Amino acid sequence: MMPRRGKLGRLFAGVALAAAAAFAAPAWADNELDTYKKMLADPFANPGNLYVDEGEALWKKPAGPKNVSLEKCDLGLGAGVVKGAHAKMPRFFADAGRVMDTDTRIAWCREQLQGIPFADSAKTAFSARGKKSDMELLTTYVANQSAGMPLSPQLGHEKEKEALAIGEALFFRRGSLLDYSCATCHAASDTRIRLQPLAHLTENKSAGKVVGGWPVYRVSQESVRAMQNRMWDCHWQMRYPSIDFGSEATVALVMYLTKMGEGAPVTAPALAR
Amino acid sequence: MSETKPRIKVPETAAAGEVVTIKTLMSHIMESGQRKDKDGNVIPRKIINKFTCEFNGKPVFACNLEGGISANPYMEFTAKVTESGTFKFAWVDDDGTVTTAEQAIAVK
Repeated sequence: MMPRRGKLGRLFAGVALAAAAAFAAPAWADNELDTYKKMLADPFANPGNLYVDEGEALWKKPAGPKNVSLEKCDLGLGAGVVKGAHAKMPRFFADAGRVMDTDTRIAWCREQLQGIPFADSAKTAFSARGKKSDMELLTTYVANQSAGMPLSPQLGHEKEKEALAIGEALFFRRGSLLDYSCATCHAASDTRIRLQPLAHLTENKSAGKVVGGWPVYRVSQESVRAMQNRMWDCHWQMRYPSIDFGSEATVALVMYLTKMGEGAPVTAPALAR
Repeated sequence: MSETKPRIKVPETAAAGEVVTIKTLMSHIMESGQRKDKDGNVIPRKIINKFTCEFNGKPVFACNLEGGISANPYMEFTAKVTESGTFKFAWVDDDGTVTTAEQAIAVK
């Protein structure tokens, strides 16, 4: 942490900033980030693609108490079809009797096919430094198999429509210690928190760019992070109680966000700060 | 030692004398040796400390890496190719492990 500056220090910083602004438009850190993102736009430069490779190997490797691979997992397009499945999430799964997003469906498949309890997948869904998460690897691989395809959340089934309605209600529902909702930060254009631009998630273009990119490679955490992690993190940032991995609420929110970004291409794994 | 194969991008073909761009991406934690665990003990350094690339046995590019390099080091450099041959890459880990890879290029 930087030592706190006194009043004078803040005043000088203000003057320096004003002086800089007089000569040139302030170049917010975002521009540098964009340059960096352009440099890493090549699939061979984005470390997220290492996770795609590793996730693919993991998908095909027998594991769990039943020692079988996930190759027979039905992601909505039939058992064993991975290509294009993520673009059509979230969706209702009759075999599970509920709506699921990609993360949740993979955890469900691991339980059904491999015998790995859903709770274990939930517990290990977020990696720690030096300890990769199988869930993150698998989700990144599956999402990447829809690269370039438009986000098409499924809304034909009653339960899917219900999830969308719940997701929308949750997005705007204020609560907890800070009286925040998702919309507090994400329902306007050209806003930022500190120096980071905030996505306008109720606007198609901005939402599509964000949602299409997940799971992302988080440079600051040197790991990929999946959408369920983003849901958990946002709730933590709003000082809500910890939200459960794969819960109805998280999937409903993912449904709403995907609907907002509908039509945008999947670019996972994108790069994030 | 990483369980993932490095990603390498070398053009499959090139004209004689052409300068080609080579890109490599290696999966590695790059633990700096500067951090402490929650008990206050220093986490030992574990990084890729050296990267080399040679073409038909002749060195093309090499560098030493230090503790400030972030995880999953990405390397991009250029090389002039005058004949068909093979690029050989090597990443040297602090623990002595050497991960190697190679990629052929045809000069037309």
